[in-house]
Amino acid sequence: MTQLQVTDSANLGNTAETNTGGDWRKYFGFSTDHKVIGIQYLVTTFVFYLIGGALAAAVRTELATPDSDFVSRELYNSFFTIHATIMIFLWIVPAGTGGFGNYLIPLMIGAKDMAFPKLNAVAFWMIPPGGILLLSSFFVGAAGSGWTSYPPLSLINGQAGEFIWILSVLLLGTSSILGAVNFLVTLLKMRLPGMGLHQMPLFCWAMLSVSALVLVSTPVLAGALILLSFDLVAGTAFFNPTGGGDPVVYQHMFWFYSHPAVYIMILPMFGMISDILPVHARKPIFGYRAIAYSSLAISFLGLIVWAHHMFTSGTPAWLRMFFMIATMVIAIPTGIKVFSWLATIWGGKLDLNSAMLFGMGFVSMFVIGGLSGIMLASVPVDIHVHDTYFVVAHLHYVLFGGSVFGLYAGLYHWFPKMTGRMVNETWGRIHFALTLIGFNLCFLPMHKLGLEGMPRRVAEYDPKFAGLNLMATVGAYILAVSTIPFVINAVWSWMYGPKASANPWKALTLEWMTSSPPPVENFHEEPILWTGPYDYGIDFEEEGEEKSVEELLAEVKVDVG
Amino acid sequence: MKIPSNITTLIAGIVLTLVSLWYGQNHNLLPEAVSEEAPLVDGLFNMMMTVATGLFLIVQCVLIYSLFKFRKRPNDPTDGPPIHGNVPLEILWTAIPAVIILIVGIYSFEVYNSMGGLDPMAAHGTMAHHSKMSGAAIAATLTDETDSPTTNNQLALGVGASPEEQGQNPDLNINVTGLQFAWIFNYPDSGVTAGELHVPVGREVKLNISANDVIHAFWVPQFRLKQDAIPGRETQLRFTPKIPGTYPVICAELCGSYHGAMKTQVIVETPEEFDTWMQSQIAANQENLNQAVAVNPANMSNSEFLTPYAQEMGINSDTLQQLHIH
Repeated sequence: MTQLQVTDSANLGNTAETNTGGDWRKYFGFSTDHKVIGIQYLVTTFVFYLIGGALAAAVRTELATPDSDFVSRELYNSFFTIHATIMIFLWIVPAGTGGFGNYLIPLMIGAKDMAFPKLNAVAFWMIPPGGILLLSSFFVGAAGSGWTSYPPLSLINGQAGEFIWILSVLLLGTSSILGAVNFLVTLLKMRLPGMGLHQMPLFCWAMLSVSALVLVSTPVLAGALILLSFDLVAGTAFFNPTGGGDPVVYQHMFWFYSHPAVYIMILPMFGMISDILPVHARKPIFGYRAIAYSSLAISFLGLIVWAHHMFTSGTPAWLRMFFMIATMVIAIPTGIKVFSWLATIWGGKLDLNSAMLFGMGFVSMFVIGGLSGIMLASVPVDIHVHDTYFVVAHLHYVLFGGSVFGLYAGLYHWFPKMTGRMVNETWGRIHFALTLIGFNLCFLPMHKLGLEGMPRRVAEYDPKFAGLNLMATVGAYILAVSTIPFVINAVWSWMYGPKASANPWKALTLEWMTSSPPPVENFHEEPILWTGPYDYGIDFEEEGEEKSVEELLAEVKVDVG
Repeated sequence: MKIPSNITTLIAGIVLTLVSLWYGQNHNLLPEAVSEEAPLVDGLFNMMMTVATGLFLIVQCVLIYSLFKFRKRPNDPTDGPPIHGNVPLEILWTAIPAVIILIVGIYSFEVYNSMGGLDPMAAHGTMAHHSKMSGAAIAATLTDETDSPTTNNQLALGVGASPEEQGQNPDLNINVTGLQFAWIFNYPDSGVTAGELHVPVGREVKLNISANDVIHAFWVPQFRLKQDAIPGRETQLRFTPKIPGTYPVICAELCGSYHGAMKTQVIVETPEEFDTWMQSQIAANQENLNQAVAVNPANMSNSEFLTPYAQEMGINSDTLQQLHIH
């Protein structure tokens, strides 16, 4: 333990400079500080999360009864379309990559900022216009063809709303590409001297994999959407069968991005969980290299499985078989990660705070989504359950039980670092309990609904499904309520919470080796890599007591220099 | 009394296996299986459910056990043991999923093949029904727009004949057309057109599926079969219904505002009942065709032409009105 205290004070140096708490106005301006941008991302996307959640509540309200009796059918279709678009492009992707990526990467690798700070700010400032544009489309009749926006339906279903949807997603996609370039260059070029790739925290490995994935796949989505917009407004027929186009080509182009997008949405959380679990279990991560390389493997495999979304579409048999096998293979690197996390927890000394609870909740819920994912990969079963509530259940277990639980774990874990204040743990635990109960009540029954024969994206359904749907709606309302303690807790703690020390969790990664919140350009003195990111369980008790901080510092400086 | 830990582990493993095996067979999550192919899919699903239950229990038990057993004691500032990994263990948990997916993959392939998913000759049959359509003016009108050259010379899209029946013609051909927001079933052999699908039990049926406007998906949960109806392409499903009854036909691909209401039913009946139904339809159809002779279909729009059929299908002017608005 003394080792930790030593490292803390060493990197803090003698600077007595206190953090003024920051001028709040900087969060509303064009700041190039990666920490400000990271928080801008997180807060902005969280606001969109609440809007997307409100849309989800409206969708579940409509589905509380078998009849279409809450909103008009067109509006209902717009609700679930915009719900999905917001949750993907304005919450999970920008919060995981833009928010945590920006905030953590330079700190974790001991850099002063990102490689391209201005580009970074530009990337962030594309998010609010993109989101406002998307929401404004409700005034002209928002897009209602699902977030997949398959032609020909998307070409005949409210052109103005569809066009705004395309512009908005193009804007958000561009922001994502700019972010990825920045992450990749920062990770490869700006690491602290002495920090090889294998000394990076696992979040950095995950972001490396994600950035590569974003750069390869997002341009294809842009291509598909630009062609779709030509079909929409210029009367071309790339995807329009009445002019000789082929709607299935759009599906290939769309899923070439949108399947990797699933990994863009989950890999950063894999990384965060790999960093959170060891800290609160007080144990090294189990199988560092296996976890790091499995991120890369998932990133690569994620690029060659897209057609499993099209097993009932215009895909020939051999293609279905290839994509089935490729999809199933992803279970191997994912399984490695899950088992490694379990082994990390096993035998540790678990501090069951909010961050750890959400971290373990993540593993627990994500596994359910992963198992239903293998079932969906199998073509004969997928033919039955494709486009049903089984898929809705699966994707929410992966993206809510996975990504959103991961985001909450990250928010609780790095809250002291970001704000300099501790969060209230009791309310954090209540938030976790409500989220876990609401989430499972909402999405577990959907597995059965889908298998029994309820298709997705419907405003009305067979009355025999009424019971389970009502259950899901109650769960959705509990989920909606569960965000209230979180919002109040976060806002209150940010303003009045007890001050956080530089390293409240006694963690070993570099972001904890500077003050909370860190100063501009991150470190008071050039940081020194004292230890691996996960070297827990090594006690220097006796040694440390004998030597003063200065002596130790001098020793290490000689070693490094 | 102290029980050695390896015995506890063994007992836990046995219990876990038994629970998984039991739940894999008794999950009660699937609807009735009424075609000859459906039980194959169920077998595959049950097998995956067994494995999934086992893995689910392992992960959740480890998490819950850790929650209690490895909770940090108050006033204990020390860390856990510095274990960074264990190569044999890591190889084991890479190999086990690899073996499982290999088995699931092969099993899935076998089931898909038995269902007829790999039928390479299916493409030969896809165009055949067009030449037999002489008596069925409505089907010709409906498929006109979809007769693009891309329809020719393609691999089978959908589920074709099972290996034993490959190369043989199905007992019954039915053209299925999806349009916003209804299914139309045309029996090319007799020229009958209906809004409900009637199929005789025990006969192999082939559905030639197309769409008029946007993408739809033909789904009968009890057959475990689904196939998109794609404008500009033709897809197919081949199956043999086994148990008489009435089952839902559902549109599973978002097709517009009334997507959730785009439903009809499939009636699986004995061959005698099916013939009776067919005769009554032929008689009814004859009257319609006689009326149709008076007008030239070429001068009529699709909606004008379809009106009498729509009435026959039970769509009244109110619903049509609503459809036109949307």
